[in-house]
Amino acid sequence: MGGQLGGNRLELINWSFLLRRLAMLLASLLVASFVIFAAMYLAPGNPIAALSGGRSLPPSSIKVLEERYHLNEPFLVQYWYWLKNALHGNLGISITLRENVSTLIASRIWTTAGLVLYASVIILVVGIGLGVLSGLRHGALDTSTLVVTAVSAAIPAFVAAIVLILLFAVKLGWFPALGNGTSFLSNLQHLTLPAFALAVSSLAIVARVTRASVREESNREHVQTAVSRGIPTRQVIWRHILRNAAIPVTTISGITIASLIAVAAVVEVAFSLNGLGAFLVGSAQSKDLAVVQGISLVLVTAFVVVNVLVDILYAVLDPRVSLGSRAA
Amino acid sequence: MSTTAAAVSADATPRRGAFSLLKATGPVGIGAAVVIALATLVAIFGPLLAPYDPTLSDLSLSWVAPTGGHLLGFDGQGRDLLSRLLVGARTSILGPLAVVILCMLAGTVLAVTAAWRRGAVDAAISSGLDIMFAFPGILLAVLAASVFGAGLLAAAVALAIAYTPYVARVLRGAALKERSQQYVAALEVQGVSARAICMQHLVPNMLPLIVAQSTILFGYAMVDLAAISFLGLGVQPPNPDWGVMISENQAGIVQGYPLSALLPGLCIVLVVVAFNVLGERLFEQAQKARQ
Repeated sequence: MGGQLGGNRLELINWSFLLRRLAMLLASLLVASFVIFAAMYLAPGNPIAALSGGRSLPPSSIKVLEERYHLNEPFLVQYWYWLKNALHGNLGISITLRENVSTLIASRIWTTAGLVLYASVIILVVGIGLGVLSGLRHGALDTSTLVVTAVSAAIPAFVAAIVLILLFAVKLGWFPALGNGTSFLSNLQHLTLPAFALAVSSLAIVARVTRASVREESNREHVQTAVSRGIPTRQVIWRHILRNAAIPVTTISGITIASLIAVAAVVEVAFSLNGLGAFLVGSAQSKDLAVVQGISLVLVTAFVVVNVLVDILYAVLDPRVSLGSRAA
Repeated sequence: MSTTAAAVSADATPRRGAFSLLKATGPVGIGAAVVIALATLVAIFGPLLAPYDPTLSDLSLSWVAPTGGHLLGFDGQGRDLLSRLLVGARTSILGPLAVVILCMLAGTVLAVTAAWRRGAVDAAISSGLDIMFAFPGILLAVLAASVFGAGLLAAAVALAIAYTPYVARVLRGAALKERSQQYVAALEVQGVSARAICMQHLVPNMLPLIVAQSTILFGYAMVDLAAISFLGLGVQPPNPDWGVMISENQAGIVQGYPLSALLPGLCIVLVVVAFNVLGERLFEQAQKARQ
């Protein structure tokens, strides 16, 4: 039964919708990569000086550098070389650390990915759970959830960070205040406070949207009919309420989780974590442009890909989306 | 003559004054508006109210607790905390205001143009906006800082660009709906210019939605700008800004002097809650009025 249902759903996906979405993805990435390259190209500073670390070089070495990095070619040709190299995983060399940008990114990407993933799990479990509970029950729990989420939705990640450090690291000593761990378990422990700091405001937003859509679905006529026909409450909740409420909840969860990719930088700085975001901020301050380019490219790609995945999931959950686009 | 009368009466969405709009948001909405009004007053008059020079530091007074004359005590560099909070309100509140004005202007122009011209223009604007969604606000601000140097202006412009597609997407829907109303057709038949119809009828009728969206966006802009200043890429120390103050006093959290970092955080949360709550109510009102 379930398998058959899944099969039907797959058939319902409009392939032209999917293709259009993927074309949009490629276009976005192309434009984004162009903007990132152009921004760094326009940035003040002499690329030769950046490559030599400020030392004066003999003209012959300058010529070698110019040829190796295509510095005398027109702008678009330089962009083309940069993009081709980036697609091969070659993002240039960091002028401050004198290392391959790809290597530097690879050694930090798991901290950021782990942090975002950890925060996403918290948002989905706590946010949706809280929203469903307060949506189904009227009364004290619902009211207090509304008030608490209204406040926590307004707490920026770095404010949450200092409050969590104060409470759980300084006062209670349950978690370390700063830095990365050395093993998997100690990493998990080091990432717990940062993940909660990152999750707080998104969690509140997801809980509020979930509550509103559960409430809206419970007041629908078909739910009232199902209740009056004597269908067990549990079944009404799962089949008639939660399944329909899942559509807006998926969208808002996806959007907020995608936004964590950029906000992670703030949390990493607040907790001195050795992740991509903190590295990006440090490189922006020291004008290490190759690193800024490389990390921006990675983060934008992750952001766009997650957004497209959410769109596709949304179309699978709600076939009207892709059908509507066919009609249009 | 009668067609003019018909057109005007068809444009019947009642336009209410700011005060009655606010009254409809209930006691919670009015409370939020009071907080916002207070914050605005501090942003304007903060430097006059501040009892001490916010940048005058005396390291022998670092982390000294509240005493008479220094109601909130001193920060890590021995500067009067209350004065820094009062003066810091200026960039913390005027920065987001600039972001909101910029992105609402750009978003409204794009949305109304797309809805009015429809067809190819609409398609071009819409796909352009879809591509702009690729840049999260904070990332764009970091890019701007590495090109133009750290500063409030570059950060504010970058955030405004990143928010524009969100504004334009919501307003485009409203503008399309308004465009299909009969009074617009009636005005067009009378030869009223497109610009006049948009400026005098379309946009004013969308105003409740525009105000609601500005209010909600203000909260987002405030959080993002403070985050950028916290990262060291926005307002530069020693200038006081609530985001900067949290970052420069973060060490006090671990050393047992949390007040200097917590209070600016509290100010941010208070103002953002007020904007969120009021914005949500205004949004409900705007949607009720549309139905």
